[in-house]
Amino acid sequence: MTASMKRPAWLLLFLAAAAALIATAAAFFLGEVMGMAPCTLCWYQRIAMFPLVPILSLACLANDRRGVVYGLVLAWPGLLVAAYHTLLVGGLLPQAWVPCGAGPSCLKQDLSWFGGLQLPWLSLLAFALIVVLLSLVLKKTAR
Amino acid sequence: MTLPKPNLRILAVLALLITVAAAFVLGVIAYQRHEQLAQIQQASAHAERLVRMHSPVAGPQDAPVTLVEFFDPACETCRAFYPILKDLMRAYPADLRLVIRYAPFHPGSDPVVRLLEAAKLQGKYWEVLEMVLAAQPLWADHGQPDLGKAYAAVAQTGLDMDRALADAASPGIESVLRQDIKDLNALGVNKTPTFFVNGRPLPRFGEEQLRSLVAEEIARSKR
Repeated sequence: MTASMKRPAWLLLFLAAAAALIATAAAFFLGEVMGMAPCTLCWYQRIAMFPLVPILSLACLANDRRGVVYGLVLAWPGLLVAAYHTLLVGGLLPQAWVPCGAGPSCLKQDLSWFGGLQLPWLSLLAFALIVVLLSLVLKKTAR
Repeated sequence: MTLPKPNLRILAVLALLITVAAAFVLGVIAYQRHEQLAQIQQASAHAERLVRMHSPVAGPQDAPVTLVEFFDPACETCRAFYPILKDLMRAYPADLRLVIRYAPFHPGSDPVVRLLEAAKLQGKYWEVLEMVLAAQPLWADHGQPDLGKAYAAVAQTGLDMDRALADAASPGIESVLRQDIKDLNALGVNKTPTFFVNGRPLPRFGEEQLRSLVAEEIARSKR
């Protein structure tokens, strides 16, 4: 079995799957229950985050190291978009770069009931966690 | 260290899925309860905003039960609920009155609302309302409303269109629209149709919920 993992690596993968699942559930809650429409940049982050749930869950079930590689291919672009979005919201990038056309603004995605917590920060945290965990799994299982 | 057994792995992944799904469902319930309470509080704090002097009324003026609908002529759900409202009016001819308020959220709704108000001046309000709803699939394409088709349909009711379009631009009708928008913002109305029965919002949106809330208020008024 060349593609399998041992227990510590499997647990890290499991944590990454949990992070993806929680982030996906949160995105659904904000969008479908609270009726917050996602902005363009949020959509790109959703595209990267949602497939991580089945990919990482199946990798956990099948104990398949390759799932980690597939996950990283999604998590890295997600991380980059979330980082870009965070810098934009933080005012560290010129607003002229904002790719938002119609629809909600990418600059005003805050949850006022968590003390002005910005959604891109949460997204960045989730993607960063997943990238770190998956990279650790790769390192631990390297031959 | 050895890897967890396949059974254990399945169990762990299942437990994760179930935990997150349960948290999600509990969150939905808590959030909806919170929103419902907020709307009840908002509606009772602004009860005077539910019915205005200018609001169109169907049914007896002094009915004990008032059903207020925040209405958008371009809204498909408003169209679907219209027969249900007529059915309720038939069921309680002496006890229920329907009050229409405007929530023109869709593009192209504003001019149609103005036209409805102008039709009221000619005594053709409900005829024109029914025509606007009947023709809705023709004119109310979201994003590309075709007012010409709405006007053509309305003309079939025999409304004096020249007079109606002139009236529609009058400051009186402008102020009706502005007042309704102020009121819907104060009441926290953000979807159409939004119903209030004697000031109470629906516990959850749906035909059954509307019918039972009306029945409940009718029964209460008989006590």
